[in-house]
Amino acid sequence: MTRFFVNNAWLVPFCPLVGGLTAAAGGRWLKERSHWPVVVGIGLAFLISLGLLGSAGPDQRTIVYEWFQAGDLRVPIEFRVDGLTTMMLSMVTFVSTLVAVFAIGYMDGEEGYPRFFAVVGLFVFSMTGLVLSGNYLLTYAFWEGVGVCSYLLIGFWHSKPSAAAAAKKAFLVNRIGDVGFAIAIFWLWSISSNHDLSYDVVMSRSNLLNNVSPTAATAIALLLFWAAAAKSAQVPLYVWLPDAMEGPTPVSALIHAATMVTAGVYLIARSMPLMIFAPLALMTVAIVGCITALLAAAIALTQTDLKRVLAYSTVSQLGFMFMGLGAGVGNVAKFAVVAAMFHLFTHAFFKALLFLGSGSVMHAMGGVIDMRRFRGLRHRLPYTFWTFTVGVLALSGIPPLAGFFSKDEILVALKQAAHWMNTEDGLGFGWVYQIIYWTAVLTAFLTAFYTGRAYFLTFFGPEKLPSPDDPEAKSDADASHSHPQADAQSHDAHGHGSHFGHESGRVMTVPMMILAACAILVGVVFGPTHLFAHHLDKTFGYERLSPRVTIETSMPEGSAVAAAAAHAESTVVHEPESTDLATISISIFVSSLGLVLSYFLYGSPSPTPSKFAAATGKMYRASLNKFYIDEAYQAGVVRPALGLAVVVEFFDIYIVDGLVRLTSWIPRLLGRELLGPFQNGLIQFYAGVTALGIAAFLWILLLN
Amino acid sequence: MEVFTVQILKSYLLIGAALMMIGMIGFLARRNLIVMFLSAEMMLQGVALTLVGFGKYYGNWHGQVFTIVILTVAACEASIALALILILYNRRSSLDVTLWQEIREPGQPASEDDLTAEAEAAVVEEGPETYPHLVPAGAEPAHPRDSWTVRRI
Repeated sequence: MTRFFVNNAWLVPFCPLVGGLTAAAGGRWLKERSHWPVVVGIGLAFLISLGLLGSAGPDQRTIVYEWFQAGDLRVPIEFRVDGLTTMMLSMVTFVSTLVAVFAIGYMDGEEGYPRFFAVVGLFVFSMTGLVLSGNYLLTYAFWEGVGVCSYLLIGFWHSKPSAAAAAKKAFLVNRIGDVGFAIAIFWLWSISSNHDLSYDVVMSRSNLLNNVSPTAATAIALLLFWAAAAKSAQVPLYVWLPDAMEGPTPVSALIHAATMVTAGVYLIARSMPLMIFAPLALMTVAIVGCITALLAAAIALTQTDLKRVLAYSTVSQLGFMFMGLGAGVGNVAKFAVVAAMFHLFTHAFFKALLFLGSGSVMHAMGGVIDMRRFRGLRHRLPYTFWTFTVGVLALSGIPPLAGFFSKDEILVALKQAAHWMNTEDGLGFGWVYQIIYWTAVLTAFLTAFYTGRAYFLTFFGPEKLPSPDDPEAKSDADASHSHPQADAQSHDAHGHGSHFGHESGRVMTVPMMILAACAILVGVVFGPTHLFAHHLDKTFGYERLSPRVTIETSMPEGSAVAAAAAHAESTVVHEPESTDLATISISIFVSSLGLVLSYFLYGSPSPTPSKFAAATGKMYRASLNKFYIDEAYQAGVVRPALGLAVVVEFFDIYIVDGLVRLTSWIPRLLGRELLGPFQNGLIQFYAGVTALGIAAFLWILLLN
Repeated sequence: MEVFTVQILKSYLLIGAALMMIGMIGFLARRNLIVMFLSAEMMLQGVALTLVGFGKYYGNWHGQVFTIVILTVAACEASIALALILILYNRRSSLDVTLWQEIREPGQPASEDDLTAEAEAAVVEEGPETYPHLVPAGAEPAHPRDSWTVRRI
């Protein structure tokens, strides 16, 4: 039975692919039924994923097809069914199914309805392929695949200039990360035995001990993190994610909150057996994650666009995940990875829920998402309100909801890492992890505060609805997320907003309720019971992260890596404490404090927030303007690139094209100007020229 | 049997060359399609005569075999050429080959008959002998050039 599911693991990407292709090819006929093949395909993929969940094992893998062979490099399409993969698969397909169902209601009547579902199917194909793939090259291929789908979906309303620009930005920033990934793969190819890029070989114990020097391990780890930073929106490559909110809200929920952006976290977690040889790289990961989490949370404090608040919150939470991964030094490795992946897992549910909730609000408000234009929606949108409440509590980290357990585990992992670093085996960077720990606590407070702010601004206070005729609502830049149709014509011309301020239909509220149930339950069911941790134990190479397993003595003596490995795994006397009462109480305290504070400030209209904003002046404006990061990029990167493009364009038009035109001009000169008069249409002339030619030819022949 | 000497071969070749040249001049100078065609045939006969002469000189059949091939090809050519001439005449009601100079390269000027220069030259020319004044070769006296749709009987 186990082998049966493993051998048929290829069905998981295959079903959504078929669904997507059907929607793409048959969209003309399916029209408003285009969602059927995709929803069914993703649903089937989810069922198979559940089957795989039971069949997971560290060495379960299946080779579907020989992709290509070049010299020593053999790249099969191999799928690996271990703990990490099956966890990601179930999560991705489950959230995808719900979001696809939600999108049936949300995208109703939209132009390009089949196109939307076709790309969603394609995305689920790429994402499941990404987490299933068993070697770096195949991962890279699917990595690009999800990037393309993200591009296509951000630019779904491609006639809107801002959406097209956002799609381009996302694509280009991801290209920057792909460079790092590509270099990492080249490097791995050059050092791994047999030039095999399969995870089996690259992260096998012998390969890591014999072929990978500490320098190479650090460099590769940093390159992989470079790739992950672009895909998972970390400083300094996070700028694309907030702009990606130009896409339809289900896309934001699925791709830019729950699944695709976690691909970077997944990549690092997958490479963890390699990463533990590079503690400094892991510390870099933690530092970058920390900076990202704090920066994004600080920006989210002042944004007035509900979706944008959630986008920055996603960036911030991804920072948390990287902090967790970065805490994976020494004997904390296993615990830290589990914490990070658990946060990824729970975050997918409650963030998808929050995005769907904001989509529902947007749907009801006729495309307006600016929190200054509506208030007090709790009576009008009861289902959205209650599910959103669950999402807010989960994101803030209030027990016993999902976010509490995972965030708490990350904090504990950071504390353990600080502790380990200060022991005699550590590198003495404990103070760095101390700072990260307290920054993470601060960020947790900010998270609760900005989440509460968005929540209370949207659902509490006196009821206020945006006026469709409000000229401000249309011209304001913050309202740019409204649907183009709704912008262009009267709201009644379009399904959205025709019944202004009413709760969304069943097809939209039911997925939200399911996700809300998950957001309540997944934390308490999988966290304290260690179900999640035990499942991740089945991941390839993770047994080496476990502090209980000592490394075999057969490793070559004197090898620097062996020393590092011994370093990493010799302090095996105790497993780190997985519960820490101090951290739990701090965590609960700051979360509650954040929510309560935001209630007093924003629960009902009061002048205090604006007074506070005026008092902080510069800081407030900096946060509102996203710390001018986009402007800095504009001045530092985009403008020089454009300047270079102008030079290149000049070179192309005047020099390259000039040469080409010159070449084409020579035959024309010969034919038209020099030889043209000979073609005068007089037969005798032709015959005369022929005769003269033969005469000349004979003359030369006779002379020689 | 009389020996076929080089001397005899030489006269064969001379006559062949003469036929060839007369044919070529006729082909180049005349504008009437049928006359041009006859001239081309005359060139062929010059060639054939040369080949036969060489064949006799070397004492083998090569030249004669070639000649027979040439005659066959010429016969085919004649049938095609006559059919072509018929069609051209039907379309333009004239056999003047310059009527077909539209086949020239686009953008090139059309060449016109310049009869005056020839006439003046003929008047000026004075010498110990007198030659008959001929119409310039191939330039027929002006005839009505109707559209090809109007069939001349």
